[in-house]
Amino acid sequence: MTRRHTLTRKRRAAPSFLDPRGGRAGHSPDLGAMISPRLAPAAGSLVQRLRRELFGSPLGSALTVILLAVLGWAGWAFLEWGVLNAVWAPNAEQCQAARGVGACWGVVAEKHRLILFGRYPHDDHWRPLLASALLVGTLVISGLRRCWRPWLLGWWVAVLIVFFALMRGGFAGLEAVPTELWGGLPLTLMLATLGIALAYPLAIAVALGRRSQLPALKSLCIAYIELVRGVPLISVLFMASFMFPLLLPVGQSPDVLLRVLVGITLFAAAYLAEIVRGGLQGVPRGQVEAAQTLGLTWWQTQRHVVLPQALATVVPGIMNSFIAIFKDTSLVTIVSLYELTGALSLALNADANWRPFKIEGYLFIALIYFVGCLAMSRYSLWVEAQLQRGRAR
Amino acid sequence: MDTPIIRFEQVNKWYGRQFHVLRDIDLSVARGERIVVCGPSGSGKSTLIRCINALEPYQSGRLTVDGHLLGIEHEEDPRAIDQVRRQVGMVFQQFNLFPHLSVLDNLMLAPTLVAKVGKAEARERAMAQLARVRIAEQADKFPLQLSGGQQQRVAIARALCLQPQIMLFDEPTSALDPEMIKEVLDVMTELAGQGMTMLCVTHEMAFARAVADRVLFMDEGQIVEEGAPQAFFSEPRTERGRAFLSKVLGH
Repeated sequence: MTRRHTLTRKRRAAPSFLDPRGGRAGHSPDLGAMISPRLAPAAGSLVQRLRRELFGSPLGSALTVILLAVLGWAGWAFLEWGVLNAVWAPNAEQCQAARGVGACWGVVAEKHRLILFGRYPHDDHWRPLLASALLVGTLVISGLRRCWRPWLLGWWVAVLIVFFALMRGGFAGLEAVPTELWGGLPLTLMLATLGIALAYPLAIAVALGRRSQLPALKSLCIAYIELVRGVPLISVLFMASFMFPLLLPVGQSPDVLLRVLVGITLFAAAYLAEIVRGGLQGVPRGQVEAAQTLGLTWWQTQRHVVLPQALATVVPGIMNSFIAIFKDTSLVTIVSLYELTGALSLALNADANWRPFKIEGYLFIALIYFVGCLAMSRYSLWVEAQLQRGRAR
Repeated sequence: MDTPIIRFEQVNKWYGRQFHVLRDIDLSVARGERIVVCGPSGSGKSTLIRCINALEPYQSGRLTVDGHLLGIEHEEDPRAIDQVRRQVGMVFQQFNLFPHLSVLDNLMLAPTLVAKVGKAEARERAMAQLARVRIAEQADKFPLQLSGGQQQRVAIARALCLQPQIMLFDEPTSALDPEMIKEVLDVMTELAGQGMTMLCVTHEMAFARAVADRVLFMDEGQIVEEGAPQAFFSEPRTERGRAFLSKVLGH
């Protein structure tokens, strides 16, 4: 029996919290009738939200005002120095005149080729430019899900061959350029890309080895990780560069790039291995037991059950390591390879006119590093979002 | 078939040197027999069935499963273990589905990798098992998108995809909401009705009464009582059996 509620009908009792439709107190209307879901009240306009978040409390308001003041002052100071009073032309005298007052972006205009390409022969700069563009382009398409097909592997092999051939030269009219002269951005990109690509599988192998039951393998992996983590990258590069040739027969000395690459790879793999091991420890034991009861071998279990879950949980840590490797390439200056940071020092130290404007130079390469690191960072977030797809309830 | 499919002969297991978790276990399970193992927690019930597919090693005695001898610790034969694991399926309390694979992929993984079955046939088998546990429409979902009862049924289907001869259930309904226990027990009852050899550790006494051929009551690592469910539930012969039943059947 339903009770119709109309405004004209005399109410027995006013509507209350317990009985919103009004009615005799104690007599519930429509027993068992379901309340259909409604939308929550609106959250409030943007202005209201901002006001609540920024000026909600006295302390909050004070902080907001202080922060705005600091940001405003710093922003204005930088704007003045970096844009309004800056010198854009590659003119040394103008820059000297504006010292302390305005930035000298002319140093970038004047020296950018030296910074970007190092000691590479001036007339052949199109070669490292093309090689870098190819590498960056391939990196970008490798990130797209659409391109995760078998041909990508072949494409990578081709790109790497073209990269090295183009940089090296010595055929088809291209002048041969020894690896000691390679420098700048292409060197940074190449070392970072290959370093990451080689360190990652090595790290997974070492992490699995560290957790294995075989005592010899386990000790070897532990020794490797502790030794490498115990010394700074500079020492590793030093050792790789000068000790590596001692291990080989007299007279044979591997290419300096190879030595440096081995150093970077071994260093990065040790840190990555511990991150991967953390992920492996986070996989519940029940997963391995389930795989065992299904009859999967150890390697099948690792590859199909454990590693996918382990690596998915440590994506932030892994990307963190990758970003660090990208910037650690700047240490190869110690073995006289002038990648981006080294090339900057080379460019400015040699020229007395431009030496005082190091800050502008560093800001320039900082921007390049920042763009690269930011791209990796955002990509990492995308990867994490992809992995969340199947997990959300 | 006269030879028992599972045979424990004076099997003993210790954790470390002190903790004697399985004591002189003698048990023969015939093909097609349905056994329910019950007892207080810590009595070794789970350990007992985990020995059957070599998830736990044992230190003395003799355990034979489907004609293969599972050796004592450090003397195991890996090939025997492999063979046994293909014949024995297991369902866990925590489901242990692979969360990064869809339901269908969960079911297809083992047949393609272990039994070397082709993808198409693996998919057919998977869909057939999903239909058997009445969950075929969830094939493309991920485990975490399903309810507990649905996940457990998928786990049962996954174990069945390898066409095992023996199914082990380790407290399959203990982690489920009461509403979902029935759907899982229904599947297990159906399975029992189809002649599967089953060993089930469970607290669901009604299920035991309805389905089991034999009930084992374990306490402190040994099989204290065994017998037909009717006999055990109405007239337990030992003091410990009576004490246990009074606690469990009381509510």
